[in-house]
Amino acid sequence: MALLEVKDLRTAFRTDDGIVKAVDGVSFSIEKGETLGIVGESGSGKSVTCLTVMGLNSKRNTITTGEALFKGENLLEMNSGRLRDIRGNDIAMIFQDPMTSLNPVHTIGRQLTEAIRLHRDVSKKTARARALELLKAVGIPRAERRIDDYPHQFSGGMRQRVMIAMALVNDPDLLIADEPTTALDVTTQAQILNLMQRLQKDFGSAIIMITHDLGVVAEVANDVIVMYAAQVVEQAPVDAIFTRPHMPYTWGLLGSLPRLDVHVDRLVQIPGQPPSLLRPPSGCRFHPRCPYVMDICTSKDPELLPISDDPTHLQACHLDEDTKDREATKLLAGTLAEAS
Amino acid sequence: MFRYLVRRLLWACVLFLAVTFVTYVIFFVIPVDPARLLAGKNPTPAGIQRIRHDLGLDKPVPIQYLKFLKRLVVDRSLGESYSTNEQVNTIVLNAAPITASLVFGGLVLWLLVGLTVGILSALRPRSLLDRTGMVFVLVGISAHPVWIGLILIYFISFKLGWTPISGYCDFINPLPGSGCNGPVDWAYHLLLPWCTYAILFAATYVRMIRANVMETLNEDYVRTARAKGAPERTVMRSHVLRNALLPVVTMLGMDIGLALGGAVFTENVYGIQGLGFRLIDAITQFDLPIVLGVTVFGTVCIIVFNLIVDLIYAWIDPRIRLT
Repeated sequence: MALLEVKDLRTAFRTDDGIVKAVDGVSFSIEKGETLGIVGESGSGKSVTCLTVMGLNSKRNTITTGEALFKGENLLEMNSGRLRDIRGNDIAMIFQDPMTSLNPVHTIGRQLTEAIRLHRDVSKKTARARALELLKAVGIPRAERRIDDYPHQFSGGMRQRVMIAMALVNDPDLLIADEPTTALDVTTQAQILNLMQRLQKDFGSAIIMITHDLGVVAEVANDVIVMYAAQVVEQAPVDAIFTRPHMPYTWGLLGSLPRLDVHVDRLVQIPGQPPSLLRPPSGCRFHPRCPYVMDICTSKDPELLPISDDPTHLQACHLDEDTKDREATKLLAGTLAEAS
Repeated sequence: MFRYLVRRLLWACVLFLAVTFVTYVIFFVIPVDPARLLAGKNPTPAGIQRIRHDLGLDKPVPIQYLKFLKRLVVDRSLGESYSTNEQVNTIVLNAAPITASLVFGGLVLWLLVGLTVGILSALRPRSLLDRTGMVFVLVGISAHPVWIGLILIYFISFKLGWTPISGYCDFINPLPGSGCNGPVDWAYHLLLPWCTYAILFAATYVRMIRANVMETLNEDYVRTARAKGAPERTVMRSHVLRNALLPVVTMLGMDIGLALGGAVFTENVYGIQGLGFRLIDAITQFDLPIVLGVTVFGTVCIIVFNLIVDLIYAWIDPRIRLT
């Protein structure tokens, strides 16, 4: 049984302008100890997918259907008490912006011990010792002293380490990291990613890594999901995404990746803007921005289907496979000579 | 911390001098001669002159002001009333507990209403409670306390007879024969004044607390708390309210001054003989020592409250350091 299996997840928000389908039929699964990368532009539904799994969307204006089976239990239909037991204990989450994700009026120590004592019946002293242990594990210097500091006394990178410590404090089976390095500078990003990989080895957690940065995915993920306009458009093991991408949107993402080892005059950009999810385009949602658009693309929504010689590689595109292989090879020869 | 306190106290002295001096100047700009008012129906110029000399009004204004300061600092006395020769200290000390009853009772009431209605309507926006609350806010902010007072007296005291129309009962030492009976009568007499007094502030606080709580509910750290698995009660108490109510403390510090001003209206509508009542009375009789006495007392209160609020704020918000 997969650790987490999401089936046909749909999340819609009621807004003043109408219903926004932020996640529209997303399915994936993740095994213990694996890392799944979810890639896509801002607003493609990556974060909402994970917030829905965690039950963190505001209940009042959200409509959710589908299944999210965690060890066989459906998270979406669970009562709130049971869900709270799982949140922070079996599934933990790291958020994008470490500057605002910690409560400014409580010390780091208090926020960490709160996370422990919500799930474990331990004394304050034991909880504090565990918190300290985690702060050391994530590389906070002089952790004994810093544990009593407030968030504003930490830098962004250090706060993200605190967030990671807080997420790992109860040894979760699944860690959902929602763009954990986006708000950090590049050197800190590398440190945080290394830290997460090391901790994954030590703690054995599965990780869902939400990101818009393919570099991050290449570094940490086993499997990759590419999302566009609330839907999954390509899903494959990480090597396949980088050696044999099969969807024009993925080509666009790969082509817009700056590289040091290949000379390109100009990075490729995907023209246009992501569509409004209030009224998504007909047919394939990527067709208004797709350079390979055909007549069928404007009327028929392509299904997410495996490619002929690799059942683990799913893609949703009407182009024939020969064209896709040819274009992908051309793209990789041009900009991604040593990809993966 | 110590340096902060010293600096604040020095500023308080400057503020005190400024307020009293301005009060002095305004009083002498008004073209009325208190000595003539006191000299009776058919005053002789010599009589007026004598009274003027007795009261010290024949000296230049700055000298009078310095004498006032000297008396205040050396004798710790606010002087005597021009009209009744009563010690102003006694007048202020007698009136202060009455005003304090009104202000603090009102404060409790307005915080009670502000917090409950504010928080509940933030949790259920657009609900019936929320909409009713917003109507209350609109009325409370728009209507003047004097008008609200008169309306409440007419309907609740006069028509329904539920509360006394005016008057005050002392909390500890009720006057014998006044029909007053300690705390219960005290609260009974003050009920309507408290309501009148609290409505304006309750309304602004409902609005502010509602906005703050709604904003804080959307903060990332509240989501973090939920992601940790904290139950909604803990999320509200420890993460939402703790942050949402920080600005309320600041507002309280600023509103204490305004609140003392509001007491003037309420006391006069209900005939409660507190500081505000004495102040208006003294102004109509051009009794400078009482006006000054009340001003001095009010200024000191406001300064002290502000200092307390600032200290509390530094204590509850770790991001603030007093330096």
